[in-house]
Amino acid sequence: MTDTTSAGAAATAVAPGGKALLEVDDVTLKFGGLTALNGVSFEIREGEILGLIGPNGAGKTTCFNVMTGVYQPTSGQVRFEGEPLTGRKRHKITRLGIARTFQNIRLFRTMTVKENVMVGADARHKTSVLGALFRLPLHRREEHEGSQLAQELLDFVGVKVDADELAGNLSYGDQRRLEIARAMATKPRLLCLDEPAAGFNPSEKQRLMELIRKVRDQGYTVLLIEHDMKLVMGVTDRIVVLEFGKKIAEGTPEEIRNNPAVVAAYLGVETDEVGEAVEHGGTDAIDAVVSGDAADVVDHHHHNEEEGTDAS
Amino acid sequence: MSTAASTDATEPRASAGTSRAAALRGARIREAWHRAPRPVRWLLGLLVVLFFYALPILNPPIISTPDTDFGGVLFTVAVYALVAIGLNIVVGYAGLLDMGYVGFYAVGAYTVAVLTSEHGSWPFLLVLPIAMLTTMVSGILLGAPTLRVRGDYLAIVTLGFGEIVRLTLVNSEWLGAAAGISKIPSPPDLPLFTVPHISWDTGVPLVDLGRTTTFLEFGVLDQVPYYWVALTVILVVLFFDKRLKESRVGRAWEATREDEDAAEIMGVATFKFKLLAFALGALVGGLAGALFATKQGFVNPQSFALLLSVMFLAAVVVGGQGNRWGVILGAVVVAYLPERFRGFEEWRVLVFGLALMLLATYRPEGLIPPGRTARVKKARKEVAALEEGDVEDTPSDPYAGAAGSGALNRQRSADTLATHTDPRTGEETSSHD
Amino acid sequence: MQFLFDNFFALTISGLALGAVYALIALGYTMVYGVLQFINFAHSEVFMYGTFAVVWVLYFMGASGTTGPAVYGKFAIALLVAMAVSASVALLLERVAYRPLIRRGAPRLIALISAIGASFMLAEAMGLRDRLVGFVGLDDELAPYVARARDTRGLPLEIPRVGLFTIGDYRVTNIDVIVILSALLMMVLLDQFVRRSRLGRGIRAVAQDPESAALMGVNSTRVVQLTFLLGGIMAGAAATLYMVRIGATRFDAGFLMGVKAFTAAVMGGIGNLRGALLGGFVLGVAENWGSAVIGTEWKDVVAFALLVLILLFRPTGLLGESLGKARA
Repeated sequence: MTDTTSAGAAATAVAPGGKALLEVDDVTLKFGGLTALNGVSFEIREGEILGLIGPNGAGKTTCFNVMTGVYQPTSGQVRFEGEPLTGRKRHKITRLGIARTFQNIRLFRTMTVKENVMVGADARHKTSVLGALFRLPLHRREEHEGSQLAQELLDFVGVKVDADELAGNLSYGDQRRLEIARAMATKPRLLCLDEPAAGFNPSEKQRLMELIRKVRDQGYTVLLIEHDMKLVMGVTDRIVVLEFGKKIAEGTPEEIRNNPAVVAAYLGVETDEVGEAVEHGGTDAIDAVVSGDAADVVDHHHHNEEEGTDAS
Repeated sequence: MSTAASTDATEPRASAGTSRAAALRGARIREAWHRAPRPVRWLLGLLVVLFFYALPILNPPIISTPDTDFGGVLFTVAVYALVAIGLNIVVGYAGLLDMGYVGFYAVGAYTVAVLTSEHGSWPFLLVLPIAMLTTMVSGILLGAPTLRVRGDYLAIVTLGFGEIVRLTLVNSEWLGAAAGISKIPSPPDLPLFTVPHISWDTGVPLVDLGRTTTFLEFGVLDQVPYYWVALTVILVVLFFDKRLKESRVGRAWEATREDEDAAEIMGVATFKFKLLAFALGALVGGLAGALFATKQGFVNPQSFALLLSVMFLAAVVVGGQGNRWGVILGAVVVAYLPERFRGFEEWRVLVFGLALMLLATYRPEGLIPPGRTARVKKARKEVAALEEGDVEDTPSDPYAGAAGSGALNRQRSADTLATHTDPRTGEETSSHD
Repeated sequence: MQFLFDNFFALTISGLALGAVYALIALGYTMVYGVLQFINFAHSEVFMYGTFAVVWVLYFMGASGTTGPAVYGKFAIALLVAMAVSASVALLLERVAYRPLIRRGAPRLIALISAIGASFMLAEAMGLRDRLVGFVGLDDELAPYVARARDTRGLPLEIPRVGLFTIGDYRVTNIDVIVILSALLMMVLLDQFVRRSRLGRGIRAVAQDPESAALMGVNSTRVVQLTFLLGGIMAGAAATLYMVRIGATRFDAGFLMGVKAFTAAVMGGIGNLRGALLGGFVLGVAENWGSAVIGTEWKDVVAFALLVLILLFRPTGLLGESLGKARA
């Protein structure tokens, strides 16, 4: 079932062999004695959709946070268009052209839908107090641009509520889409989506996949962190797999699908049902995960694992 | 859209549920206001403003204060309102808990006192902008080191600042020490015409020619002109406040208040904007202090007790932080009620404390919480639903309705986006094809 | 500066005694904050009611003229009553000014406003005493306890000052020793209670993660009550020691002590019990040294300036924030 869509994506995967937009170069990050990332290197090429996957606790979100300047790497470097990001303030990194969404939605809940998007647009704007107090031409131009962009982006991501509604009153799905619109309003060169499908049902996921492709077709480069294998396989051009803070594989969805190390990482030590699937061979195992109940089993297992570590 | 239409049609029937009746009525008033044509709104606004200018002349019974000079009370209320508007920028918009705002108020007042009386005899109108500037600088000086400190600590640090300012005043001979500074000149007079007050002594309004106010003559006995000046300043500040709130700056404040990390990641220079809120809030506080100093004619440290900060904060929170009309109402409550009931001297602080507790419990968002058009619209839907008799819940599946038309809409919106916004240069977009 | 060196030990020891009182009050702020992230502004009045409890009890026991060990006995009774009174006020606060708001999910700033309102009310109620009493016609009988509500109230009985031993050139008095040691003792008891007892574990669990604590069966309402109760008891102890040292109180005596104690709590790292102790001592001593160097009238300026300095270099206070963490 998935094959038609994923095959389409795989076909285009060859095309965007653009130059590297963001390079993660031998990044290591340590928290106290814990090594969260260990010598991770990969690059995101212009115009592609790169998937970053791995079991829970593999360091995906940490890696993401290093890329967006939340954490400073212990060693190594992240470069954006050749410029190192190390030591830059977070809001300046956004202005360079990296925008993100949040795994646990973080909208400005008491602001309207439109204002949320305009905050994103404001990242590129310059007006300050005097411009606002006296409604100088620059202020008016920027307000107009922001307001118009907000409406267009809301239409684009498919948030169909009144733009003056408070963001906190939106449905869950609309909140996720609004986050994407807000990030896009900064007009980033690289759009990072952190588990955008979390909590979505299959039909919503399908629509999200369409949206992500559409975003890429607008000319954005997309980094996608996702749990859902079906979604990742279906939409990405290339995939980087992390496990225990290390990169264990990189390649097209097809390659990743057949990579024994990945299969082992995802399924090797899993519950019995999945273990059975592994015996049938890697591809099947992934397919089992992709296409059905096994995915839930794995998910559940991961969630339990996560809670276990939190509580300790 | 259909709900709005049905509201229009069923408006006169007003058969809403009793529990929500009051809320709905409030929403209706707001809705009516937002729907009224612009000239009507302007005219109504103008009438309200005129009413407030005329208030000390009208001396309306009940509102007018029997135990103290009404003009003076109105001036005090106006200064509180001004302070509340300023503090609202800091607390309401930017979400910074400032418990030492009286410090800025004092800096403004003393700048005027020092430059016009104690160490110079500069004209008031020249000193006023200097006082505002000085206060703004003091806001930056306080904010720059302390705004990096976590939110809750800011409360105690600012509280300390307010106290440091007061103690400095008490202990500095140069600033007049405990006795303070007197002989602060009033603003320049501009006598144009004289208006008689209205007297209600006989139960009906009568023109009282024995009691008149000259526009604008800043006397010692007649404080009405000071009130007029303060009211004018409030209007100007409100005008700018609104513009600021509805700009990039206002959005940055609100985003920072809501989620500082997310705001930072969305490109908001949060520290810069917090400092800006602090500086602008301080400026307004200093302006209020300057007005206070010139009206009072003298300043001393007792006028700037720490308790005043608490009262200011109470005004903002009681009224509804984040809403400029709310905080003004809060200032009226906090400043006016104790003056009105001066006869109950012993009890008023006690009752005030009780009122704060009750308000906090039963009106946690303040008397007038930030009203958004969104809320108005939501309320409008509720009105419609209640009046039609079937309360329609929001669909549990958000896509239930949208799923069918979704694809079509997206198609259309994608087109519009493509024609208007292109994040990259054109050729890159086309290179995919 | 010379004055500081000449009186170094006197200033330091009396600073420690002052700091001990700050620290005991600070515990109330710090525990409530640690559990609820709520600045209990009215905690200063919890302390103030304790000081009046001491005055009343000593009057009630007919204290004047007492000598010898009986003095200590009467103060011990006063201590227990003050603790009971302060704890009751603290519990009342929790019930009236705090819990109803939390039930309604009010934001924290609102809770602070409610606490400020409660603080005004409590202080003014104490200031109104003789009116209230006048209404019920008790003026004559209770006059010694309640008259002249807004005046400073002195103790009818004081512990005679005795020099015990000498440090440097300062003769340490029994008062110094009583205040500092009792405060330390209370502190150790509380610390052990929070660290070792089942109820104490509940407090730490809620401070660390209210949701998990609730899942694990911790009754958070109980924990909050307990937190207020313990804070009240400590404030009662502080009130007694304060009266032993100062000997007089007033209806508005709580405010400045409260502000200082809260400063101490923040200085040490709010939510951290040992931090409160350290913060209290640092603040008390710094105030004394500071006033010796630049003049007593700048005492409070020194306190706040020190706070700002400490927060700049250690944003979470001297010992960091942790009621939940192991450092407790």
